[in-house]
Amino acid sequence: MLRTRPWVPYLYVAPMIGLLGLVFGYSMVRVFDFSMRFIRGASGPFVGLDNYDLVLEDPTFRLAAKHSALLLLAVPILTVISLLVSVVLYERIRGWRFYRSIVFLPYILAVPIVGIIFSYILQLNGVLNEALRDVGLGFAALDWIGSEGIALWSVLGVIVWREVGFGIVLFLARLMSMDEEQLEAARIDGAGWWQRLRYVIVPQLRGTIEFYAVVATITMLAWVFAYVYTLTQGGPGGATGIVELYIYNQGVRNSLPGMAAAVAVLLLGTTLVLIVALFRIRARAGEEATVS
Amino acid sequence: MRPRSATGLLRQGFLMVAAALALFPVYFMTVTALKGSDQYLDDKLGLPWPLEWGNFDEALRGGKFWAWMVNSAVLTLGAVVFSTAVAAFAAFAIARMRFRGRDVLLTVNVALLVVPPVVMLIPLFVLFTQLSLVSTYQGAILIYAGLVTPFSVYMLTNFFRSIPNELIESAVTDGASNLRILGRIVLPLSVPALVTLVLVNSLFVWNELLIALVFLPSDELKTLMVGLTVFRSRFNLDVPVTMAGMVLSSLPMVVLYLFGQRFFIRGLTAGAVKG
Repeated sequence: MLRTRPWVPYLYVAPMIGLLGLVFGYSMVRVFDFSMRFIRGASGPFVGLDNYDLVLEDPTFRLAAKHSALLLLAVPILTVISLLVSVVLYERIRGWRFYRSIVFLPYILAVPIVGIIFSYILQLNGVLNEALRDVGLGFAALDWIGSEGIALWSVLGVIVWREVGFGIVLFLARLMSMDEEQLEAARIDGAGWWQRLRYVIVPQLRGTIEFYAVVATITMLAWVFAYVYTLTQGGPGGATGIVELYIYNQGVRNSLPGMAAAVAVLLLGTTLVLIVALFRIRARAGEEATVS
Repeated sequence: MRPRSATGLLRQGFLMVAAALALFPVYFMTVTALKGSDQYLDDKLGLPWPLEWGNFDEALRGGKFWAWMVNSAVLTLGAVVFSTAVAAFAAFAIARMRFRGRDVLLTVNVALLVVPPVVMLIPLFVLFTQLSLVSTYQGAILIYAGLVTPFSVYMLTNFFRSIPNELIESAVTDGASNLRILGRIVLPLSVPALVTLVLVNSLFVWNELLIALVFLPSDELKTLMVGLTVFRSRFNLDVPVTMAGMVLSSLPMVVLYLFGQRFFIRGLTAGAVKG
């Protein structure tokens, strides 16, 4: 540790505290304040929990909350696909580096670009349906983003398509730093591929898998605005409305910042629970690291 | 040997399918960008022939790609430089100095890593409207810099802590000031971490849509991502021209990825993998 006069370190951290204080601190305090006011312009009269009542009774919000919850189904899907692909890559079969570059590529593409490309692929007269008809599966050619029953699942599919690259690379990095002795021992004992995955690899990756599940959950709840905005704009008929889009529409478009703030507080509360989970995982991972 | 090669084949097949799925949209974008409209209507899946390079001219005429890219570049550069500087000072103190509240600061940064930007959207929008910071570079740079700072502090603190004590001790004995130690020893040794950090943060700012949409609505300040959504609605029916626009817009990051893959992969998994 460097020896300094006692106030010197604070000079070094002051700009960071100022910046985070404005962008995060101020906003998080104000969002609570706003959520309990009837905002006109920059402020307004205190109305208690009225905004929360309004929001919870708003069918559009209920639908958006339901859709955001349904999108959480992507979490197990992402985890399983990432795990399978990373384990196969880890076996260092011919060309694994090449495959790694390819499966990570979607994650480099900007979400709005991905959304726009897929909006044409998934059109009723788009390339996916053309391909399905070509191979005699015309009955499976659906209006992927234009019909209320399917659009949300198409959005989910697109999100999985792009986000899975991160999971694969994350798991692969952890696998590479894994102790290979146990795996070798299991192999010598005659454990098959599935058994090695189930009893050796998954237990060793547990911390990383949990971490990824938490990160993916937060992503699905609060970082998918750009997908929905470019794929469907929340349509058709609200069928792909999600919580983030609701905050944007109420707060920016409909000039109802109070209601938007109430939803933001609810969303923040949900993420806080997840942050606590994340800290627990990290703390336990730390303990495991010191034990072994 | 037989079963082994059979499973090997199975794995190759599995990865080929995964790779094909990952590449298909990129393939579709690229081939469509080179097709004439009639050709696209006839055959959406096949290879383009003859090549219709005119789509790119038309995309460039129809969208202000250069202006949008310049805007995105200014924001990215501004936010990343600002945040890296702020984070480097803070991380240096957190990693190398003893003071009250140090651990709290680090914990707060880790917690802020997962706070979604949409939570801050409304208060910042109201505040920035009052301060006339909406539709200014400065306002958006401030927000982006703030959003990427927790990750920067977290990553740099970890890296600064891994620098051998002896190097710093010997500089102290030579009478170097703290600022000098940061500038002459710690930062030069951290170049790999800084490159990774700059790349990851740039990717975030460059690709971001929501903040750009809300805080930079004026036409001359639109970022590439916002511009694309406008461009798409203008050329909605001309799919090849739209795809030519997508090719133009994805080129910068894809080229960067092809050259600096290692940094991308390391950076994006940093903080998630211990050791």
